[in-house]
Amino acid sequence: MEPLRVVTATACPLPMSNVDTDQLIPARFMSRPRSAGYGDVLLYDLRFGPDGTPRPDFPLNRPDRAGSAVLVARRNFGSGSSREAAAYALLDHGIRCVLAPSFGDIFSSNAVNNGLLPARMEEEAVEALLAWLEAGNTEVTVDLEARSVAAGGARWDFAIDPVWRTKLLNGWTDLDLTLSHAPAIEAFMEADHARCPWAWLDGPADPTGPR
Amino acid sequence: MAGNGPRTLFDKVWDAHVILTREDGQALLQIDRHFFHEGSHHAFNQLRARGARVARPSQNIGVADHYVPTRGRGAPIADDTIRRMVQQLSDNAVQHGLRLFGLDSPAQGIVHVVGPEQGLTLPGLTVVCGDSHTSTHGALGALAFGIGASEVAHVLMTQTLWQRRPRRMRIAVEGSTGPGIAAKDIALSIIARIGTDGAQGHAVEYAGSAIRALSVEGRLTLCNLSIESGARCGMVAPDGTTLDFLRGRPFAPKGDAFDRAAEAWLALPGDTGAEFDREVVLDGSEIAPVVTWGVSPEDALPVTATLPDPERAADPARAAQIRDGLDYMGLRAGQRLSDIVVDRVFIGSCTNSRIEDLRAAAAVLAGRRARIPGLVSPGSTLVKRQAEEEGLDRIFTEAGLEWAESGCSMCVGMNGDLVGAGERCASTTNRNFKGRQGKGARTHLMSPAMAAAAAVTGHLTDVRPLLEGRA
Repeated sequence: MEPLRVVTATACPLPMSNVDTDQLIPARFMSRPRSAGYGDVLLYDLRFGPDGTPRPDFPLNRPDRAGSAVLVARRNFGSGSSREAAAYALLDHGIRCVLAPSFGDIFSSNAVNNGLLPARMEEEAVEALLAWLEAGNTEVTVDLEARSVAAGGARWDFAIDPVWRTKLLNGWTDLDLTLSHAPAIEAFMEADHARCPWAWLDGPADPTGPR
Repeated sequence: MAGNGPRTLFDKVWDAHVILTREDGQALLQIDRHFFHEGSHHAFNQLRARGARVARPSQNIGVADHYVPTRGRGAPIADDTIRRMVQQLSDNAVQHGLRLFGLDSPAQGIVHVVGPEQGLTLPGLTVVCGDSHTSTHGALGALAFGIGASEVAHVLMTQTLWQRRPRRMRIAVEGSTGPGIAAKDIALSIIARIGTDGAQGHAVEYAGSAIRALSVEGRLTLCNLSIESGARCGMVAPDGTTLDFLRGRPFAPKGDAFDRAAEAWLALPGDTGAEFDREVVLDGSEIAPVVTWGVSPEDALPVTATLPDPERAADPARAAQIRDGLDYMGLRAGQRLSDIVVDRVFIGSCTNSRIEDLRAAAAVLAGRRARIPGLVSPGSTLVKRQAEEEGLDRIFTEAGLEWAESGCSMCVGMNGDLVGAGERCASTTNRNFKGRQGKGARTHLMSPAMAAAAAVTGHLTDVRPLLEGRA
């Protein structure tokens, strides 16, 4: 996973609440393999009209927002389904950071597991940043180390779980760490077998018989 | 952190699964049940890319639901993509030696219906699935939550998951609800009250006399919708109702083993004095039949209400949301909800497709004709069979609705069961998001009885007068 420290880039305002994962990627696009890429279907039904042509007034389609790596939205971004494809679509479109007052919990985990920063900012800060961007300004700097966003002369702090911050800064995934604890996991599960036999489907509780 | 003080239901289940806790507060949890479905293909591909194996095959159970056709079962699936998705699930299960409730299984159904129905979901277990409505399983006192593909891959490879302990929230519904009020009405009332992000970062425990009075099926509906208020999970403490539901289920322990397990399960309810980070109390007697009008589950109102006016909204962001919702839904401020004409109904989904849901809809439809077309998709093939034994299928078909096979169907439309652009659907599902039931589709969420009432009248309708003189 690509580490993320400082991103200085064009930011795109998306002044909407509850941008759910069904909007981030409509369900009909989810059967494709990861390798096929998901950037073209990000926010598809908002970005494109019924005939498939881009809606010129949609923020991500505006020429001054081309190459945006930062998205700024209102509360409850990424709520809804657990589809990790929502994070794939953002990343494949070039977005590395989403700034919003709140995020869906599952979306946040998925984002971090793919190197996308979900940064929580105060509602007033988001509104100020949205207004600044909608006035025609474009470039912001997101500093994960300092947990801050700079735009024009202004600067705001953002919040991120410290563990997630470390993961993003280093591009770490959980798996290798988990595997290093294999003996502890093994011992715990052995004891659990005796303590809660009903939790295990590899024994006599299995109606289809022992495997 | 775990202490020696009084603990909540959530604390007890969480603590029992912590293998180790890192200095930074992340805990490694043992996962007792992992359910996977056609959409889990990304995770299996991650395993393939690493050349990894499934660590504990017995604890991972596959269910075909998201893409399965609800018509023409037995014949080859015509659509190439859908056939490939269903086949891919089966291939992955076979390759890793995992149990599968596949398309042709007599117990196939929606994963969140099948788990409890089979007794795979039990009190005190940790349950995960790459689906946000995994919160459903908390109705039995399990700690159950949805996860993304990378986490699914992690569970497959280790049967564990790193998590930060969420905050604890108690939502109590006291008193008793009136006639014709379903668990769906309670759940939508809660979401309308606290908002779609009201429980973010929290493990919710539902409590109070109106919750205790719910059947397990009602509790499953309630916990299913926990994610729609942003909750990490929703739980109901196990009690006699829970035990009665589980006894005799195929994968539940039997005989003495059941009694030993039941003893442990009945020790799970929270201790006296256990503290929550947040508490919300609702009065059950004030809950009316609820429908949604907008494009977020928090846009929910009693069916007797009128649509909100963006000009009177508390702040500009809320005004924008109301305007956007009315615009997408083709509605206007001040309109009476009961005047809204609907084009079709859908009764089904992991929220409301169990036998009690079908009975509630049938009680309204018996001897009546639907004015609009509709689809009824039972939550599992076993639910379908039972409904047919009870004659419910005939009530639906004689009313003019279509009786189909089991799957996620029109809740998410992945199998091709779609609501057309601009069409308005009275739906027992869980999300009224834009495009959820199909591009441009307009969804009104409600209980099965309310959906049946809409079918009978052709518009959003208070079901209560239609139930007079009936069960």
